Amino acid sequence: MSTPTHEMWTARLRSSWQRNLPIEKLLPDDQPAYVASWIYVFGVATIAALGVIIASGIVLAFQGPAWYHTSDIGNFTNSIHFWSVQMFFAFMVIHLWGKFWMAAWRGNRVRTWITGAVAFVVSIATAFTGYLVQTNFDSQWISFEAKDGFNSVGVGAWFTVTNLGQMLLLHVAFLPLILGVLTLVHVLMVRRRGVVPPIDAVPANLEVRK
Amino acid sequence: MTGWLASFLNHPATYLKWGWFQISISNLIVILIMLALFAAAILIKFPKGRE
Ligand code: HEM
Repeated sequence: MSTPTHEMWTARLRSSWQRNLPIEKLLPDDQPAYVASWIYVFGVATIAALGVIIASGIVLAFQGPAWYHTSDIGNFTNSIHFWSVQMFFAFMVIHLWGKFWMAAWRGNRVRTWITGAVAFVVSIATAFTGYLVQTNFDSQWISFEAKDGFNSVGVGAWFTVTNLGQMLLLHVAFLPLILGVLTLVHVLMVRRRGVVPPIDAVPANLEVRK
Repeated sequence: MTGWLASFLNHPATYLKWGWFQISISNLIVILIMLALFAAAILIKFPKGRE
């Protein structure tokens, strides 16, 4: 007996995708009038900073520490990587403040909030492992301070901050991948639900701005 | 690094202290800039888009 076509997982996935995230929602031309505020720019500013982090990180990975620790252009690229992380965090936290004060989890948007909050935690882990792979006295100091903390909560044997290989692989492979997926899901959730109306919105304000 | 930026950055951080609370000047500056950006984002009018 073969499964009826409409019961196949491909068919079910396709129809739920088309129902929840049709291309018109994925790539809209207009947004409601209330979105015309600078506070809504910080989500995409965070994405832009993340883009610079990933691009400069890829250059660092290809050129290697002998280049980024000694040559001028290497130091410069290393600094671009570092400072875009500072901007990433600043933008992300301002974004978080904005969403907190507009209670942007309203109207079934809790998963948008949660993917954002988890992305925040994963970003901290990514930055932390980044500080640990500098191969200088800073990273030595940070790891030796941190190891006691991790040992005291019982995860030190598994997450070993003094293990440079483990930290480097987490920093350049696992954590950025998780962060990328979380960011993607986060933004898709925003597209799916649409931008949350202001708390005191009157119906006239909810119209799409032409 | 050379110049004023170097003299500002190339030494251990200066800390401000009030009792149990302490913060480095660099961190304080960053937090103040973030608060200013947040306030500006709320207060400054967004340019009008397509009509
Ligand atoms: C990797 C970091 C993050 C990126 C790249 C990101 C990106 C975005 C973007 C592009 C938007 C839509 C535009 C906007 O309203 O700004 C958005 C919306 C949103 N973000 Fe984030 N975000 C991040 C972290 C966070 C965090 C930490 C939170 C809070 C815990 C959060 C909560 C939200 C919420 C609730 C919305 C939806 C608002 C709505 O539906 O109207 N995000 N995010």
